[in-house]
Amino acid sequence: MSTSSQDNASAYWAENLRIIMTYLSIWFVVSFVGGILFVDQLNAIPFFGFPLGFWIDQQGSIFVYVALIWMYAYSMNKLDEKYDVHE
Amino acid sequence: MSLDLLTYLFIGGSFALYIGIAIWARAGSTKEFYVAGGGVPPIANGMATAADWMSAASFISLAGLVSFIGRDGAAYLMGWTGGYVLLAMLLAPYLRKFGKFTVPDFVGDRYYSTFARVVAVVCTIVISFTYVAGQMRGVGIVFSRYLHVDINTGVIVGMAIVFFYAVLGGMKGITYTQVAQYCVLILAFMVPAIFMSMQITGHFLPQLGLGATLDSGMSVLATLDKLSVDLGFAEYTAGKKSTIDIFCLTAALMAGTAGLPHVIVRFFTVPRVKDARTSAGWALIFIAILYTTVPGVAGFGRVNLIQTINGTDEANVGTEYAKMPGWFKNWENAGLLGWHDYNGDGKVQYSAGAAFEGGKPAFDGDARGAYGERAVTNAKVNPAPAPGAPFANEVYVDRDIMVLANPEIAQLPNWVIALVAAGAVAAALSTAAGLLLVISTAIAHDLMKTCINPDITEKQELMYARIAAIVAICIAGYFGINPPGFVAQVVALAFGLASSSVFPVIVMGIFNSRMNKEGAIAGMIVGLGSTMAYMIYFTFMGGSKDDLFLGISTGGFGFVGMILNFIVAYVVSMMTPPPPAEIQEIVENIRVPRGAGVAHAH
Repeated sequence: MSTSSQDNASAYWAENLRIIMTYLSIWFVVSFVGGILFVDQLNAIPFFGFPLGFWIDQQGSIFVYVALIWMYAYSMNKLDEKYDVHE
Repeated sequence: MSLDLLTYLFIGGSFALYIGIAIWARAGSTKEFYVAGGGVPPIANGMATAADWMSAASFISLAGLVSFIGRDGAAYLMGWTGGYVLLAMLLAPYLRKFGKFTVPDFVGDRYYSTFARVVAVVCTIVISFTYVAGQMRGVGIVFSRYLHVDINTGVIVGMAIVFFYAVLGGMKGITYTQVAQYCVLILAFMVPAIFMSMQITGHFLPQLGLGATLDSGMSVLATLDKLSVDLGFAEYTAGKKSTIDIFCLTAALMAGTAGLPHVIVRFFTVPRVKDARTSAGWALIFIAILYTTVPGVAGFGRVNLIQTINGTDEANVGTEYAKMPGWFKNWENAGLLGWHDYNGDGKVQYSAGAAFEGGKPAFDGDARGAYGERAVTNAKVNPAPAPGAPFANEVYVDRDIMVLANPEIAQLPNWVIALVAAGAVAAALSTAAGLLLVISTAIAHDLMKTCINPDITEKQELMYARIAAIVAICIAGYFGINPPGFVAQVVALAFGLASSSVFPVIVMGIFNSRMNKEGAIAGMIVGLGSTMAYMIYFTFMGGSKDDLFLGISTGGFGFVGMILNFIVAYVVSMMTPPPPAEIQEIVENIRVPRGAGVAHAH
């Protein structure tokens, strides 16, 4: 493996990690901070007939997960092309 | 048409469909048997993953669970879906690039160790067997309740069907059958849910209906809170368990979901790394359709149940047994409901607290009480109202009733009831087949081919895989007919094992190229050992609840085990030599998507 392709691979990996960290932070905040740690405080806020905390717990978090995976897939496909490692 | 005839038609028709698909998709090579030839389109793989994932428990029990524990049920809703985010970002694309057949393949190759491979094989087999036993039982129960045959007959019919398409078709047969099974099960879950949402709230979508306002001017959830508190239950939208316990349980279920071998292996079947990512996205969409409907079914079911039994007249609570609707008596006959008239007024009354000594009713054969109800032998001697309840509870309600009896409670037409029966069978069969395949692969490929005798030909390996599948079906059937009395705890164990061993060991293998075999083995032993010891001590050896570590229940301890695994593995790997250069090369290679198709053709 030549030096430049190694540099390319580590730059690709670093950006990959950044993308994962970004999306997993959202995942963590929604599930654990919003859905569990501060759920009682959020429950004081009404949201389309639901207490907000309860809604995040039982429905909202799941919608967020679906969105996160698709956003991740989109970001990674772009990244693969940028570094020319796609198939 | 009678309900029995309709049910036979629906279940028989779905079976004919599965068998037809199995014949069309026979497996000819080990690659087709293990990973469906590696050519499954992402959307089909997503559907198959969803059917694989949603078991009899998701279909039958989850809504009931949420219905009875209220907001705390979110640990299961979030845990069993949020795990897919971890799977999609931390495992699936890299394992697809690695391009072999199984989880033990990865663990054994990455950690250049037969011991690590064998530990992974044992975990895979234990996790899969604990899961599959419940599925076969589920098929039997559905048969006995809807078709009035013996539970054992139902188990044997289920075994025969799975035998046919898992042994014949391998992963290829299973994948395309699961696509059909997903369609059946999602239709069967959504149709009654939509009917109920329309009846109670006028909203078409149960997801929105749960937030709707009723004719009384109160929202569905406020009504549920009031009904619950009036009867001595906790408020529906408030949590009962401690925050740390829910936190750990959710985290353990997420990591466990991402580490379940039968889910991971589905991502080996798609052609490219890119497809592994999108197929996780498709899988979660298909799963989310059911999971976001569950809270609605749970809420509507609870309102319906309480108002049907207690009536809406607050001054005069209860309904005369003689006037209870037919479903109450049907499910009483099936043993899922029980009633004992403590206050002697001939009316059925429901509130918080156990109605019978030890919880479930012990029926006195076919003996009947004064009003025609089934007599029980464990009625309480001095029934007192539970704390906060206005009167002593007279009714036992099994959780499973929320999904199984919903169509009857909501007075839906017979074809909907027959559809629910076919859906429950589809959910159980699809999961059972996926698990049986993982077991047979672990035995034929990971033990026979890789560890014991690498010289066997592909034909022989395929034969071993089929024999292993047959043996596994027989063992699963045995557990279905003679279920161990602790199924719920054993399933918790499966998630504990996956989150404390399989998940961390794979993540470290991908994201830490310095991780060596010493670290990985030490981590697995500590994570696995601590989690199993904790679960066994508190489940079977009578450990008292006051001794729980930080109040974390057994289901949530897999998260603690996972943290221990990460820490021990890191420390040990830093004190021992780095892995050989060719291993670090494997890690470099799986991090880059290009070449997955080639890697697969090895």
